[in-house]
Amino acid sequence: MELYIFDGSLEGLLTAVFECYRRKSAIVKLVTEDRHVPDVFDSGYHVVSDREKGKRVWKGLCAKLGKDWQLRFYKTYLSEQPEAFQHLLNFARYIIDQPAGASENFAHSDVLAVSQTAQKVHREKHRMEAFVRFQKTGDGIYYAHIEPDFDVLPLLPEHFQNRYADQRWIIYDLKRKYGLYYDLEKTEEIELDEAPQMSIINALPSNLLDPKEELFTLLWQDYFKNTNIKARKNIRLHVRHVPRRYWKYLSEKQG
Amino acid sequence: MYERIREKLGILADAAKYDVSCSSSGSNRKNENKGIGDAEGTGICHTYTEDGRCVSLLKILLTNHCIYDCAFCVSRRSNDIKRAAFTVDEVVELTMNFYRRNYIEGLFLSSGIFKDADYTMERLVCIVKKLRQEERFNGYIHLKTIPGASDELLREAGLFADRMSINLEMPTETGLKLLAPEKSHAEVKKPLKYIQNSITQFENEKALIKSVPRFVPAGQSTQIVVGATPETDKEIMHTAHAFYQNFSLKRVYYSGYIPISNDSRLPVIGSQPPLIRENRLYQADWLMRFYGFKVQEILNDVHPNLEADVDPKLSWALRNLDQFPVDINTADYYMILRVPGIGVASALKIVQARKFNRLYESHLRKLGIAFRKARHFIRYADSPMQLKEFEAGHIKGLILSESKSKYQKNPDNQLSIF
Ligand code: SF4
Repeated sequence: MELYIFDGSLEGLLTAVFECYRRKSAIVKLVTEDRHVPDVFDSGYHVVSDREKGKRVWKGLCAKLGKDWQLRFYKTYLSEQPEAFQHLLNFARYIIDQPAGASENFAHSDVLAVSQTAQKVHREKHRMEAFVRFQKTGDGIYYAHIEPDFDVLPLLPEHFQNRYADQRWIIYDLKRKYGLYYDLEKTEEIELDEAPQMSIINALPSNLLDPKEELFTLLWQDYFKNTNIKARKNIRLHVRHVPRRYWKYLSEKQG
Repeated sequence: MYERIREKLGILADAAKYDVSCSSSGSNRKNENKGIGDAEGTGICHTYTEDGRCVSLLKILLTNHCIYDCAFCVSRRSNDIKRAAFTVDEVVELTMNFYRRNYIEGLFLSSGIFKDADYTMERLVCIVKKLRQEERFNGYIHLKTIPGASDELLREAGLFADRMSINLEMPTETGLKLLAPEKSHAEVKKPLKYIQNSITQFENEKALIKSVPRFVPAGQSTQIVVGATPETDKEIMHTAHAFYQNFSLKRVYYSGYIPISNDSRLPVIGSQPPLIRENRLYQADWLMRFYGFKVQEILNDVHPNLEADVDPKLSWALRNLDQFPVDINTADYYMILRVPGIGVASALKIVQARKFNRLYESHLRKLGIAFRKARHFIRYADSPMQLKEFEAGHIKGLILSESKSKYQKNPDNQLSIF
């Protein structure tokens, strides 16, 4: 077994796949630099991220994977999980070595793992599409912050851009300290100088908000309460759909 | 003004909550005019109530004034409650502001009947029209049809709404006559038929001329109240089936009756709504729509009611043990779908994966099937030799004892679908 150390980027991961072939490595264990604990006996091989090499691997994969699997590969990468990187490396090698169609082999452990992790990331993306709660600021921008389990922000622009084409909005990931800003034309990645403070109700400080914002938060909280049917109360089911860790985003849970 | 609008929303959301339809999917309204909103693809549930139902639409009544007196309805005229009515602008403003903040996917608008059917329907149409034309809103709109409204108004509504629905309320005509003597199933069928015909007509024209507008792109649905009248599950599902067939409905919703009045014709206030039964009906509905089951296979004269302790798929399997075991490595897709514990997604994975290798227990466990349930009904590459065939009661006992904790911890039993 050989130890490969990479920088955690997607380019680096794809470069690692390239190096497996160039260096004819049989079994490779992949770790990111920040998790690597140097070992006296095995210093490991440091993968140098390389655009060209990465591209060649990606092209090779795309030749054998349909659009849905290409996206799954990317989503699994966004999970930021160490095991996922390993599965992606194995998966890529398996796909490259086999004739086209091998990605349908769900009994293969890496195929299965990639598809399941992609599914988890997809679910988190979908949750963010649901749980974002914009607040209108004084200068007319709709602002929301989130802290997703996985780095799903890159998956969100299309959805929100299609939906809110006529309003400017910002979605900011507090955990990863970057956000998306849509300016009515295009969506760009942004970093705010001063990370916004989360007040108790997951809201911006009231001096930054549009004067009517408080009313709509109230109305939404009222609606949430009034649409509940007490005779059917089922908190277990409620929590299964809206896990507690998301409550802090949801204005209706603060009323 | 703050307080008045809050009060109205309180009353009119409260009165609308018994309508269980929630879906916001099935439309294909794209944001093409750089306006706001997009109702393409599958719907999003933005939150869930404490009773576990999803919230995807702002579901409100335009008014809870009503000239009718249906015994099962909170808005009935003989009920002594606070009344309110939104103005057209208030509904538009609420919808837009909730949508812009990503609280909702759109609007579900229903209404009590004030004055007469057309007067009420006209106002509903006014709201949708304003949302679409003035606000350039492309989000989802579900409009409740007012029974007795004229064809012209229905047609206009259909040009702006994504989905329309009209509730059957009681599963049989007799049941409905008992509780709402002023209403009839015929009154429901007429607008359903009219809209269905118009949908077909628009589709035909669309094939010829590109610029034909959309007409109720997400189709129609209806709701049946369960447990207010004594119909069997067979009667309920056969009615549902007939409506799916005759009116190409997208969904039938089943709503467990929650007692809201001291009417001797109805279950007394405080009795538990039939939640398990409601859930079983949804499961049976799924079997019809996605699993290729015929309604007669699930419910018939010998078997007129769904069981509370097992889901309808398991129940069917236990009654048809001669069709099992199913060999996972050779059986056709539809037969694999019929195995208790195997859903659509895992059935698909099974038929894909077995092209590469024969499937063993270890594979099946990983593919996401409920193996402990399914194992009684399947054969796979390393299935243990079976000395004697178990009989149905024994298998059921085994499955129930293994899943016992789950059933016990969940007394109100709102199980998920399979
Ligand atoms: S007509 Fe509709 S709103 Fe009026 S009482 Fe009957 S069910 Fe209720």
